[in-house]
Amino acid sequence: MKILVCVSNVPDTTTKITFTDNNTQFNTNGVQFILNPYDEIALARAIELTDGGKGTVTVINVGESNTEATIRKALAIGATDAVRINAKPHDAWYVACQIAQYVKANPFDLILTGRESIDYNGSKVAGMLGELLDLPSVSIIKKLDAGDSDATVEREIEGGKEVLTIPYPFVAGTAEGVAEPKIPNMRGIMSARTKPLAVVEPVEVKTFSEIVSYETPAPRGQVKLIPPDDTAKLVELLHTEARVI
Amino acid sequence: MSVLIYAENAGGKFKKSIFEAVSYARAIADQNNTSVTAVSIGNVDATELASLGKYGADKVLNVSGDKLKDFINQAYASVIAEAAKKEGSAVVVLSNTFSGRGLAPRIGVKLEAGVADGAVALPEQAVGSFKVKKTAFSGKAFAMVELTSAIKVIALVPNSYKVVETGGAAQVEDFSVETKASDFKAMIKEIVRSTDKVSLPDAEIVVSGGRGLKGPENWGMIEELAELLGAATACSKPVSDAGWRPHSEHVGQTGIAVSPNLYIAVGISGAIQHLAGVSSSKVIVVINKDPEAPFFKVADYGIVGDAFEVLPKLIAAVKEYKASA
Ligand SMILES: Cc1cc2nc3c(=O)[nH]c(=O)nc-3n(C[C@H](O)[C@H](O)[C@H](O)COP(=O)(O)OP(=O)(O)OC[C@H]3O[C@@H](n4cnc5c(N)ncnc54)[C@H](O)[C@@H]3O)c2cc1C
Repeated sequence: MKILVCVSNVPDTTTKITFTDNNTQFNTNGVQFILNPYDEIALARAIELTDGGKGTVTVINVGESNTEATIRKALAIGATDAVRINAKPHDAWYVACQIAQYVKANPFDLILTGRESIDYNGSKVAGMLGELLDLPSVSIIKKLDAGDSDATVEREIEGGKEVLTIPYPFVAGTAEGVAEPKIPNMRGIMSARTKPLAVVEPVEVKTFSEIVSYETPAPRGQVKLIPPDDTAKLVELLHTEARVI
Repeated sequence: MSVLIYAENAGGKFKKSIFEAVSYARAIADQNNTSVTAVSIGNVDATELASLGKYGADKVLNVSGDKLKDFINQAYASVIAEAAKKEGSAVVVLSNTFSGRGLAPRIGVKLEAGVADGAVALPEQAVGSFKVKKTAFSGKAFAMVELTSAIKVIALVPNSYKVVETGGAAQVEDFSVETKASDFKAMIKEIVRSTDKVSLPDAEIVVSGGRGLKGPENWGMIEELAELLGAATACSKPVSDAGWRPHSEHVGQTGIAVSPNLYIAVGISGAIQHLAGVSSSKVIVVINKDPEAPFFKVADYGIVGDAFEVLPKLIAAVKEYKASA
């Protein structure tokens, strides 16, 4: 089985988010970038599914050369090879178009993304890829069992779950539960340096969206502390003051 | 133009998040002097369909039949895109539910439309400019996205827009779309609904527990409080990692992002990754025995105390309040 895992390079989860240029640019100063946590789950599952020579795992990233540390991390975790499409990832549509273009020339049996990237939280790349490639897509899956000609996936629905069977090839966005992220070992780290990383130039894409500014949430007021013995007071405040019960 | 809203149903019924989305679509239509058409797919009865009129839908396109009884992402996206074409819709609104998130990108590609997912406010419109405020950095910030395409797709976060009753009536029309066989490659084997529980993403109140609860055997208190308040239950990441609670309950940066009216956090420290997914809650109550827990910095109400002593008292106080209300 040939699996493609789409990975993105995102600010570390502990990053305090600030902006520059009159709140129009994300301030990357001092920010550590990491492999998107949901993509780690996709990668871990892909490696499990191809374990023991049952296939290959290619990771693909749309990014400029500064994302190579993240791509090498994916190789160290166990991906077979990597592709970097040499462009700034403008938005999900841009990223999906670039990856779709690559996949049209280099088909895969299974394409995995993370359910969303932790920076723009769009959960759009999986669905857009599905549509661009005319393949089924499931945006958020909690479980993936691979059979020979199709896979069984579980997806969450509000207040429950749904089990689907989907023939290959298809696209799925992985969430927690699909696999435990893997930590690279010394051998992986050493071999990652010599694994193939192809750099591909981007194609022209029309632009449909643009982030024009950012804001941070309004600071909250001071906490009102209530003595632990006076839970009735809390209930009263929630009813009369906050009006939420 | 016209505004199209996809009215997703759960087992034949519309939920509050759909009434919010219809109200939101109505407000966009009013800004542009146009009408609202809702499209419903699956077997929903006539009274339920007509109820969308109460929130501002002028017309409801009803797509029924066994083939489209259950949600198939690809097929539903085709139907909604066709409905948008038929109605000449310039804006398509969905609710940012699990299904909505699968549909929005596919519809966006079909209609060559820019997609604003995670929308939290009405669009700001001026001549030639259409901007939508959306969550970014897992709730640590908001981004203003300008959609520059002729058609725009917006997925609205549940609980971020109010339900507005207009008291109108909607005219229901049957609508059918020729479906492609390739749209039905994915097949549903099973749907499991836990009907007795409030679903987390659209819950108005969430009671959440962290590692401070020590073990799964102590979740009875969390569940009892949640049940009394009609709330959904949630947890921090280490709790689901340890298998005390299912992954579907984990909230935060790498879990579900929630924006309920009331979030009650018990025995949760308030790490930056946890706050990322819950900080847009309208009111936050924190119960923690450590007065230095970072969660108190973002809380509206706090109790410094041992959860094992405070929760039983809080449960008793809520019972008393319910009895007197
Ligand atoms: C990549 C990454 C992603 C992450 N994503 C998430 C995420 O999405 N969601 C998330 O929640 N976390 C996430 N985390 C983990 C996060 O950093 C914290 O470790 C986690 O939120 C802590 O959970 P906790 O508060 O339940 O546990 P702890 O940090 O162990 O805190 C327990 C709290 O309970 C209090 N306590 C203990 N006993 C009692 C008692 N008897 N009564 C009252 N209070 C008591 C303690 O004072 C303490 O504040 C992520 C981490 C990483 C690295």
